[in-house]
Amino acid sequence: MIFEEKYELIRKLARNFAETELTSDILDQVEETAVFPREILDKMAKAGFFGIKVPKELGGQGSDHLAYVIVMEEIARVSAVASLYVSSPNSLAGGPISLSGTEEQKKKYLTPCATGEKILCFALTEPGAGSDAGSMTTTAVDCGDYYLLNGRKCFITGAPLSDYAIVYAKTDPSKGTKGISAFIVHMDWPGVSTGKPENKMGLVGCATSDIILEDVKVPKENLLGELNKGFANAMKTLDVGRMGVAAQSIGVAQACLDEAVKYSKERKQFGKPICKFQNTQFTLADMATKLQAAKELVYQAAITKDKGGNSSMAAAMAKYYAAEICNEIAAKALQIHGGYGFIKDYRIQRLYRDCRVFTIYEGTSQVQQMVIAGQLLK
Amino acid sequence: MKIIVCAKQVPDTNIIKIDPVKGTLIRDGVPSILNPDDANALEAALELKEQVPGSTVSVVSMGPPQACAMLRECMAMGADNAYLLSSRAFGGADTCATSTTIATGIKKIGDYDIIFAGRQAIDGDTAQVGPQVALRLGLPEVTYVQKIREFKEHSVVVERQMEDGYEVVEVTTPCVLTCVKELNTPRYMSIGGIEEAYNKEITIWDEHDVQLDPSECGLQASPTQVMRSFTPAPKGKGEMLSGTVAEMAATLVKKLDEKHAL
Amino acid sequence: MAIVVNKEKCKGCTLCMKNCPFEAITMENKLAVIGSACTGCGQCVESCPFGAISKTEEAVAGAVDISLYHNVWVFAEQREGKLMGVSIELLGEGRKLADAIGCQLCAILCGDNVAGLADELFEYGAEKVYLAEAPELATYTADAYTKAIMEAIEAYKPEIVLLGATHIGRDLGPCLAVQCNTGLTADCTKLEIDPETKGIMQTRPAFGGNLMATIVCPHHRPQMSTVRPGVMDKAERVAGRKGELIRLTPSYTEGDIRQKVLEVIKNVGETVSLTDAKVIVAGGAGLGNPEGFELLKKLADRLGGTIGASRAAVDSGWIDHSYQVGQTGTTVKPKIYFACGISGAIQHLAGMQNSDIIVAINKNESAPIFEVADYGIVGDLYKVIPAILDILG
Repeated sequence: MIFEEKYELIRKLARNFAETELTSDILDQVEETAVFPREILDKMAKAGFFGIKVPKELGGQGSDHLAYVIVMEEIARVSAVASLYVSSPNSLAGGPISLSGTEEQKKKYLTPCATGEKILCFALTEPGAGSDAGSMTTTAVDCGDYYLLNGRKCFITGAPLSDYAIVYAKTDPSKGTKGISAFIVHMDWPGVSTGKPENKMGLVGCATSDIILEDVKVPKENLLGELNKGFANAMKTLDVGRMGVAAQSIGVAQACLDEAVKYSKERKQFGKPICKFQNTQFTLADMATKLQAAKELVYQAAITKDKGGNSSMAAAMAKYYAAEICNEIAAKALQIHGGYGFIKDYRIQRLYRDCRVFTIYEGTSQVQQMVIAGQLLK
Repeated sequence: MKIIVCAKQVPDTNIIKIDPVKGTLIRDGVPSILNPDDANALEAALELKEQVPGSTVSVVSMGPPQACAMLRECMAMGADNAYLLSSRAFGGADTCATSTTIATGIKKIGDYDIIFAGRQAIDGDTAQVGPQVALRLGLPEVTYVQKIREFKEHSVVVERQMEDGYEVVEVTTPCVLTCVKELNTPRYMSIGGIEEAYNKEITIWDEHDVQLDPSECGLQASPTQVMRSFTPAPKGKGEMLSGTVAEMAATLVKKLDEKHAL
Repeated sequence: MAIVVNKEKCKGCTLCMKNCPFEAITMENKLAVIGSACTGCGQCVESCPFGAISKTEEAVAGAVDISLYHNVWVFAEQREGKLMGVSIELLGEGRKLADAIGCQLCAILCGDNVAGLADELFEYGAEKVYLAEAPELATYTADAYTKAIMEAIEAYKPEIVLLGATHIGRDLGPCLAVQCNTGLTADCTKLEIDPETKGIMQTRPAFGGNLMATIVCPHHRPQMSTVRPGVMDKAERVAGRKGELIRLTPSYTEGDIRQKVLEVIKNVGETVSLTDAKVIVAGGAGLGNPEGFELLKKLADRLGGTIGASRAAVDSGWIDHSYQVGQTGTTVKPKIYFACGISGAIQHLAGMQNSDIIVAINKNESAPIFEVADYGIVGDLYKVIPAILDILG
């Protein structure tokens, strides 16, 4: 893919930012404390990373999806967890409001999210409703002046750090996906609480937890979009979200490939660097080729979206393929590291752990296959 | 306030290596960057713009057309306008001729309240163009500015870095201040800034645009000339010590002692 | 001296393009074309295997009658009534130049109540001292010093003016050069007189120390250079040597001096005198953290030296910039220079490769620092330095 100069400059900014700010000392500290430094988030906000696609009038940067995936890729290349903070306001958290919010809702919630003053999270998944969102049990009952929300959301990225949540709940329990509506819920409202942060194998440094809703009164003006149209809103949001995960995947995969190339030149066995062995060379060639193919899919999905086309299938393909090959590349890169790859001193093990969730969150690989097949068989 | 920043595109000299066999520079893969001190000058200008609403920041540079990339980055950091003085006639200029060209460009831009420049460029390290531009514009200058303390109505109070401390200097405005890296931390570009930068034009002027006679610029107006240039010969390779850490330490101390260096 | 390409001889081999440090050469229709980024450095002339590139003389605007200019002047920089060491080094170098030309060595001294320093300058070999005394000259300002010295240059017409490349010399030099409409060569490391023209040949590092350039100023006078402190040998002092004192009469009116020094603040605590240190223990990126300098300090203290740093360490914020050795920092020439965890970027080497003995300690055996080291130790500095300290006791 040959980019316009503008996108090359955006890549330069993101790469320079990641390499300068996300030093190995900082990343080790994040891994140890599970806390991401506020100062770096503030700097990200100033560089405009939180509102890439949000219009300037709303405090955003007025750029597009291609810029978004490039930034995600470059940040994830240095730190996958850092890229989570970029992804959230641009896709899952900001997306539903961008798509369906009123002007007032955009000003009140999207603007502070794009400028980094507030954090939003996206609450769709439930203990019993993962890939099958239609089976959710969280309910919102119309009580005249307000909706009364009850239920439990789980695996919500950033929940303990958030000021607001986009919560999906059943407004018509008799219907499946056609009975779901979206609400903007303040995390400090009575009845809202978060569970204990999960102890994750990767992406340490961005807390994930349950959100518990007990008789939460949500004002009518906080209904997001039309009644019972929440599922469509969530699915459209996930289109963009999937591009984000796909971009994270190519970023982390690039980092794995870089580590593998570097290590294979340094490590000597049987009297020569292991990169001199054809087996290593074939493995590296395989990794690089698949990575390049994944990159093309990711950029293509973003460009399709920017041109106003239907990007559902392109985004699903990008997410499916990039996440899968990222895991494959990470495993091969770790294998090239041999025993050292299993030791926490080496960066490859963190990359390996971080990328494992890419084939799972925001729609498993299997859900992506369902989306792709659904489009084919329409 | 009308603020002007002088900037230069330079090769990143930190990355350059010498081919040990041929003794020539290895330039492959060496990126061109905004000169580091000039980034501090731009940051100072942008901070001033934030303090005084309604201010504009204009960046001016002399160089080949490729320098537009650097000017684009300046705009992506927040500069409002960018001007590039570019012509074959400007080629081969020493600092004396360069300062004439830049000063003429600044005169054409017109009214200004303060001019920031970097202390020196990393490809030449002369530190001359900043103060020389000031003289050619008839302005006072302060070099090595490490802190800006206060803007007054007709003056500015700055700290001028010295080898063993600093001086507090008050200078009348308009003036030229040349900046060192201790002055500030240059900001990153922003995504929105990059978007804006590509919606703006970079003004490119040649000698006719700034009404300079070819004899007043470039090589012809340069009193100094490069007679020859060469890559410095590296000092011969010394002795690599071997053994355990303790053995190497002992050998080293013994060798230094033999040379009466201790 | 412009660079020209002989189109008959050029074969379009692109060697010149690859060798140009300034990316000034492009290929058009398989012929080399010199672009505006050309500095006339001449690298391409040497690189061309077909002799197709040459330098030509061009008429230069603003040339002066150089026969009117005589003698070598040294700017005798004083601060608070004390001569700067570099001024004495300049007198040492100025002596050689004056002898090679066959002219007098003079000093120009500015200040308030500094006449006493003139005797010192005579003892260091100045034959004449031009003395400008005024209250306005007590502390350096660009405007006051430029005016006083310009008047002297116009009246007495020196052929060469040398200044120390200090924070003052590098401020004053450019101002004087513009006013004289002459050239100034910054940070020279070597000065010679061309035996034929009697003009000065100034050699200086360019391009971050990757390239040395010899620069001449054939048609303008005075020829001006700044010289880095610590590079030249100090002049010999002969007690009781006398010379001619010429008093200048600078005067100032309202508005002449637009800078006002309100306060002079010295760094508190230990002062870093890298240029005078006999031993320097310098650290770079390989230290990994600012605490590493504490270990270096132990070794420096034990050997009666001071610590230094590479640009990488300074840029990481581990240590103050005043400790920086290299092209953009201080040039040093100690008896022993320990480079610990310093890879040896060319711009660092430019500031320390003239040290008497260089000891390099680095984990990476292919680090360029070993190319200039007299003694190289491949190893972890956190193990090697304590071992050295153990042996020193």
